[in-house]
Amino acid sequence: MAAEALLSIRDLAVEFRTEDGIVHAVDGISYDVFPGETLGIVGESGSGKSVSTMALLGLIPQPPGRIASGTAMFQGKDLLKLSPKELREFRGDEVAMVFQDPMTSLNPVLKVGYQIAETIKTHYPKEPDDKVTSRVVDLLRLVGVPNPGERSKQYPHEFSGGMRQRAMIAMAIANSPSLLIADEPTTALDVTIQAQVLEVLKTVQEETHAATILITHDLGIVAELCDRVLVMYAGRIVEAGDVLTIFRAPRHPYTVGLLDSLPKLTEDEEWLRPIPGSPPSLINRPSGCAFHPRCFLTQGRPRCREDVPELRDAEGAGHLAACHFSEELAGHQSKFSEPVEAGSGA
Amino acid sequence: MTEPTTPLDVRASVVVDPMAVAVPLDLAAAEGMELEARSQWSYARRRFLRHRLAMIGLVGLIIIFGAGALANFVAPYSFDQIDLTYVLHAPTTVGHHVFGTDEIGRDSLSRIIYGIRTSEQVGLTVAVVSTLFGLIVGAIAGYYRGWLDNVIMRITDLILTLPLLVVLLTVAALLGRSSSVWTIVLIIAAFYWTGIARIVRGVFLSLREKEYVEAAKAVGAGDLRIMFRHILPNTLGPIVVTATLAVADAIILEAFLSFLGFGIADPTPSLGKLVSEGQQFPQKWWITVIPGLVLVLIVICVNFVGDGLRDALDPQQRRVRA
Repeated sequence: MAAEALLSIRDLAVEFRTEDGIVHAVDGISYDVFPGETLGIVGESGSGKSVSTMALLGLIPQPPGRIASGTAMFQGKDLLKLSPKELREFRGDEVAMVFQDPMTSLNPVLKVGYQIAETIKTHYPKEPDDKVTSRVVDLLRLVGVPNPGERSKQYPHEFSGGMRQRAMIAMAIANSPSLLIADEPTTALDVTIQAQVLEVLKTVQEETHAATILITHDLGIVAELCDRVLVMYAGRIVEAGDVLTIFRAPRHPYTVGLLDSLPKLTEDEEWLRPIPGSPPSLINRPSGCAFHPRCFLTQGRPRCREDVPELRDAEGAGHLAACHFSEELAGHQSKFSEPVEAGSGA
Repeated sequence: MTEPTTPLDVRASVVVDPMAVAVPLDLAAAEGMELEARSQWSYARRRFLRHRLAMIGLVGLIIIFGAGALANFVAPYSFDQIDLTYVLHAPTTVGHHVFGTDEIGRDSLSRIIYGIRTSEQVGLTVAVVSTLFGLIVGAIAGYYRGWLDNVIMRITDLILTLPLLVVLLTVAALLGRSSSVWTIVLIIAAFYWTGIARIVRGVFLSLREKEYVEAAKAVGAGDLRIMFRHILPNTLGPIVVTATLAVADAIILEAFLSFLGFGIADPTPSLGKLVSEGQQFPQKWWITVIPGLVLVLIVICVNFVGDGLRDALDPQQRRVRA
C-alpha cells in the first residue's frame, strides 16, 4: 500500500440547493484509492457515500448540485476541473461505474450486446465491428452469462435481475478501467443473487486488477470483498482503515454502534442493539461532531458539541478515526473481534 | 418385424406412441420459448395486426393512397382531358365517366384520383417534415432544459396561440394564388411542428432522468448519442401516433385552403378544390359529394390507423386483442 495512490481526493465538498436551504451532502472528505485495492464506503442513506463518487464522474446534476471545493487527482489530472468533453473521455474508459438498479439502468429498447459494444465504440470508434462483437461475448462470458453469444442479441427485458447486473458489470469493465465504482451493486437484488454478483465482482477484479470503490450499507459485503473501508456519517468520514482492524477494534462510536447492531450468527442474541435516534438532517446538521446527539461516548461533554473532530490516527497502521475521545475506546473489541468470517454472513 | 403380433409388439407400439406425441409437445415448448423472446416491437406489431379498426383503416388507406400514387395508370383519363360531349354529366357508365364530369367536361373520377395524389403528397410530406423538425426542436428543448428550453417553448407557445386557420389563409394569400404543392406543404408544416415539438419535449423531459441515461453518461456517451440513440427510440410510440394523425390534419388543412381558393394552383386538382368547384352547381351533387366523401374516408382511415397504433404502442397495455 506504499504505492502511489491511483485516485486521491482532497477536501471534496458537494452541496445541493433546495427550497429548505443548502444540503451539505459531502463535507470536506479526503481519501486515497490505491491501484488494485478494493475500498469500501459504508454509511446509512444520505451519508454522502454515493454523492462523493458521482461527483468524480461529473454526474451531479448542476444545479441544484454544486461541487463547493476539493480536488480529485487521477492519473495526474483533477477530475473535478476537467471540461465536460475531457471528462467524457474518462468516463467508461479509465473510470467506470456499476449502478444500483440493473432493472432501470439498461436501456429497454437497445439490445444488451449493443449497449456493451457502445461503451467500447464510444471510446475506440476505429475498433473493427467483429472484434468488438467478440469482445462483448467474451465479457459476457467473464461475468458468467450463459450462452453469451445469443444473450448479447437479446433485450434487457429478457434478462433476469442478476443477469442484468452482470451485463452492467460487463459494460463497466469493457474498456479495462483502472478504477471501477460500484454504487450499491447488490442492493436491488435478492440475497441469493447478491452472493452471485459479488462473486462476479471478485472474479472481475482478479481478472482486470482494477481498483474498486464499493459503496454499500451492508457491512457483510464489506467484510467479504474489501481491503480497506471508509465509514461515512452525515457527509464526513468518521473512520477509515483496514477492514480487519475496523471490524475487530472500531475506534469511532458510530462504527461501534453499527457493528453492535449487526446480528452475529454464532451467538444466540435475543435483541439487536440499534443506534438510538435517527440520522441528522443535512441542512441543520448538529454542531461539532454530527454524531454527538446519538453518541454513547459524549456524556454531555461540551467539546463534542463545539468542535468538529478531525480524522486522526487511531491504534493500528493507517487506522483513522474522527472522534475527540476515541482513546476511551482503546481496548474495545467488537463482537466480531475473533474470526472475522463470522460477521460476513450478513 | 414380420412376425405375427405378440404381446411384446403391442407393448412396443405403446412405448412408441407417447414418443410420437412428445414431438409436437416439444415443438410447442420451443414455440413458447420464442414467444418469450419477442421484443417490444413485435408485441406492438401483433397488437396492431389484431386491431380490427386499424386493419380496416390500413386496407382503406392502401387502396385510396395506392390509387393516388398510381394515378397515371389507374385513372381512366388525364386530369385535364376535356370531353365536350359530356359536360356536367351525371355519373354514367357510358364513356366510363362513373363519377360524372365537371362543367368543362373533365372526368370526375380521374380528377378525384389525381386529387388524392395531391392530398397524399401534402399529407405525407407535412407529416414527415413537421415530425422531423418538431422532433429535433422538442428533443433539444427537453434534453437541455434551462434557457434554451424556455426560448424554444415560448416560440412554440406563440405559434400555438395564433388562430391557425386565419394565419394559414393570410400566409397563403400573401404567397399568391399560384401556390405549388410544396409551398402549401411548407406553410402547413411551419405551423404544425409545434404540437409535435411539445409532445417530444414532454417525453424527453421525463426520460432524461432515467437511470439508463445516467448509465449512458457514465459510459462516456455524448449528448447527441444519448438523445438520439438512447432516448429517441423510447419516444417513438407517441411520435409515430402523432405523425400518423398529422397526415389527416394536413390533408384537411390543404383541402380547407384549396376550398377557399388559396390552395394549389390550377390545373392540378386537389380534393378541397374539387369540393369547392361543385358550389356553383348545387344541383350537380356528384361534383361536390364524391370528393367530399373521399376526403372523409381518408381522414377516417388515418384516424383508425392512428388509434390502432396508439393502442399497440402503449407499453402499459399488454392486452392482445382477440
